[in-house]
Amino acid sequence: MDLDKFFQDQNKKKQVKILTCGSVDDGKSTLLGRLLFDSQNIFLDQMNQAKIESEKYGTQGKEIDLALLVDGLQAEREQGITIDVAYRYFETSNCKFIVADTPGHEQYTRNMATGASNSDVAIILIDAQKGVLEQTRRHSFIVSLLGIKHIVVAINKMDLVNYNENVFETIRDEYKELISNFTFTTINFIPLSALKGDNIFSKFENTNWYKGPTLIEALEKTDVLDSSRDNKFSFPVQWVNRSSANFRGYSGTITDGKISTGELITTTSSNKQISVKNIYGPQGELSEAYSGQAITLTLSDELDISRGDIILSTKNDQIMKANQFASHLIWMDQEPMLPERNYIFRFNNSYINGKITDLVHSINVNSFEEVASKKLNLNDIAYCKVAIDKMHGISSYSNNQKLGSFVIIDPYSNKTIGVGMIDHALRRSSNISWHEMSINKKTRSELNSQKPCVVWFTGLSGSGKSTIANILEQKLHTAGKRTYLLDGDNVRHGLNKDLGFTDTDRVENIRRVAEVSKLMVDAGLITLVSFISPFKSERQMAKDLLSSDEFFEIFVSTSLEECEKRDPKGLYKKARAGELKNFTGIDSSYEEPENPDLVLDTNSTNAEELADQIINFLQVNKII
Amino acid sequence: MKLSHLAKLESESIHIIREVASEFENPVMLYSIGKDSAVMLHLALKAFSPGKLPFKLLHVDTTWKFKEMIKFRDEIVKKNDLDLIVHINDEGVKNNIGPITHGSKLHTDVMKTQALKQALNKYKFDAAFGGARRDEEKSRAKERIFSFRDENHHWDPKNQRPELWHLYNTKIDKGESVRVFPLSNWTELDVWQYIYQEKIEIVPLYLAAIRPIIKRDNLLLMVDDKRLDVRESETIKNKLVRFRTLGCYPLTGAIESNAKSVEEIILELIQSKNSEREGRAIDKDQIGSMEKKKQEGYF
Repeated sequence: MDLDKFFQDQNKKKQVKILTCGSVDDGKSTLLGRLLFDSQNIFLDQMNQAKIESEKYGTQGKEIDLALLVDGLQAEREQGITIDVAYRYFETSNCKFIVADTPGHEQYTRNMATGASNSDVAIILIDAQKGVLEQTRRHSFIVSLLGIKHIVVAINKMDLVNYNENVFETIRDEYKELISNFTFTTINFIPLSALKGDNIFSKFENTNWYKGPTLIEALEKTDVLDSSRDNKFSFPVQWVNRSSANFRGYSGTITDGKISTGELITTTSSNKQISVKNIYGPQGELSEAYSGQAITLTLSDELDISRGDIILSTKNDQIMKANQFASHLIWMDQEPMLPERNYIFRFNNSYINGKITDLVHSINVNSFEEVASKKLNLNDIAYCKVAIDKMHGISSYSNNQKLGSFVIIDPYSNKTIGVGMIDHALRRSSNISWHEMSINKKTRSELNSQKPCVVWFTGLSGSGKSTIANILEQKLHTAGKRTYLLDGDNVRHGLNKDLGFTDTDRVENIRRVAEVSKLMVDAGLITLVSFISPFKSERQMAKDLLSSDEFFEIFVSTSLEECEKRDPKGLYKKARAGELKNFTGIDSSYEEPENPDLVLDTNSTNAEELADQIINFLQVNKII
Repeated sequence: MKLSHLAKLESESIHIIREVASEFENPVMLYSIGKDSAVMLHLALKAFSPGKLPFKLLHVDTTWKFKEMIKFRDEIVKKNDLDLIVHINDEGVKNNIGPITHGSKLHTDVMKTQALKQALNKYKFDAAFGGARRDEEKSRAKERIFSFRDENHHWDPKNQRPELWHLYNTKIDKGESVRVFPLSNWTELDVWQYIYQEKIEIVPLYLAAIRPIIKRDNLLLMVDDKRLDVRESETIKNKLVRFRTLGCYPLTGAIESNAKSVEEIILELIQSKNSEREGRAIDKDQIGSMEKKKQEGYF
């Protein structure tokens, strides 16, 4: 065998990334086992292992259960289902395939989206006996949402319907109807049997009515994105290479287009245009480089560029700076997404804090209907408006997946809780500018001779927040300080009377109060806020609106048991009787502050003395 | 222009390595001396060229590695001016833990898994690169490229962070860490082809040579030093063998082979019908054994 020829052939093989999706018993793992087996990418010892395991867990009697070749995790082998994304590798004489094998159950939508995010083509499996199911609709929708352009609809288990052409055609027509609104570039319908291996690598005579390609032929024909589009060069800076005093290079991976030495570029942080001096690829110096390559660039002139910036062709008008945009979202966490809550948004080369400002509508993945909703649960898909804390270079997902996608991270648990695909930037962020007033916070507080701040009381209903806040305000007033007390109940009679007590409404309730208290601080007032404010993320949001020496969190730590005993308004009694829903401490959670500025214990100390403790605290912190 | 399969893999790995250097405070590269580590190191040097590696290498030495491995390691470090930490579990050495006396399970746990945790805790590394590939073993096929570990270094396979596009979540709390696998998408053949293309140096044990061999439990073991207790029923034979993977010598089976060069290895591999982990005793202790080891903190 000629090795050089072998490598030449290897290098000519194109890489195709496949997503397989199907419902529980459509035979997806069997199909994959079949692809690996027939392409001779299964080794003898793996086969033997599958034989041993077939005897223990197999579903095919004495036959080797091909699905066991691919179902990796032990729990899956025992339950006979796939619960996570597994990656598989096989090759034919023309292609190298990387397969993301993803589960079909509804609760694993997030895993399917994960697999879809890096795939070129999707195989959608349909059981010929069952036809198009709800799950088929969901899978097709996710594949389309994640921007996969090529699909193969594999109508499986044809052996169980006697290879009947009518069955195939009925399913094909129904499926075509289903996806009439999606923008797939190529669609292939193939009748096959994964179990028997029919129409996978070779044509099967019992389906001689079928004239199309085999599964492998269809997959090999996948048009992998052309990476040399003109004028589209975009290059998020990942790492600044300052390896010596006279070397300053910018490293990263090209997300789109191509670049040549001498070409003019600009960046998202500057309008200056300079030219590319050198390009270093993994194989050494290059005169041009393409999308997908990890390179290091040097530039003709000094420019302040760092991680987070994007280097662009001067002709690329598809990347824009924005801090608000509209986006599709897939929620991936048990804890629901609430608008206005603070999250971390991870873009290609930066982490930026932000929030979902509007939940425009969620989408029923089975019927594709748009539905109004106030929060997103695990596996929900929605269309939203997002606001981030600083301007960042973004693209629409359809133009550039690498710069048009983001993941959402919980700032407390660091979990990945959602993902998004940007639709378009919102212009309002650049059109509404902040008016600088000539009388400002500083001049007002000088006139008042006091330092404005927020004293934020949090604690259960009946813990004594309002009682203490009321006494505190009297004391401050007597001392000649200008104050205002925002009380939860009172504000709910006016500004927030449209809000109820669901988690979504509680978040909005606190957001409004936080914004109002910020205005009051701006007006120069010592602002007392007495709100249950049960969630730490919203208290953090309020805190983040102000500077660190303007916000003090006071935790009134009275226990639930004690509050319930006091029950000054008879609310606990009602809640226990089921007459009040979503009552904090009973059927809605209260998250205790982790690092409050002051903890007040109402069991051992009376309200008067506790108010004095706060006065003392404010004096120490030079507020009064 | 379309990038070749290998060029795509190369760029993807370099991207991953740079991402870790950018986002973590104290990363380290686990260097096991094997061919995958050799490729990973080669890619890391490319990622930061012309500069030096912005992180250290760590070798967890079980004290039972082939002598040739240690020699090779020291040469590579010197040649590339690398910063290498070697960690040995002193507690295990004190108790004379070894694969022959204590079996593969206990030895691997104490001298490899525990030793690794000790080193990670001692130096407070927040990210550790490993050269594992998804095609090696079924539970590896499901692991993320950025794989989260809790403060006890445990992996929870059912609770992995979704990993979409190339947007890796690098956020962790104090004491937690991430294992990063830049070669996730490489196959054994890709690794060998890259070694050939880039002329990457590898430990000579991968190449066939006459070596002193005994047969035990269906494994061909090399008598690397006197600690291997050759039993009366066993005879040492000089055989032309090579190794497909390298680990502790009493746990690593050789294969009979004529492949004396990388080219010949690749030819052998193309025609081969056995996957590479077959030479490892530790994977088959029990069904699902690798998954269990990984949950406990093994690489």
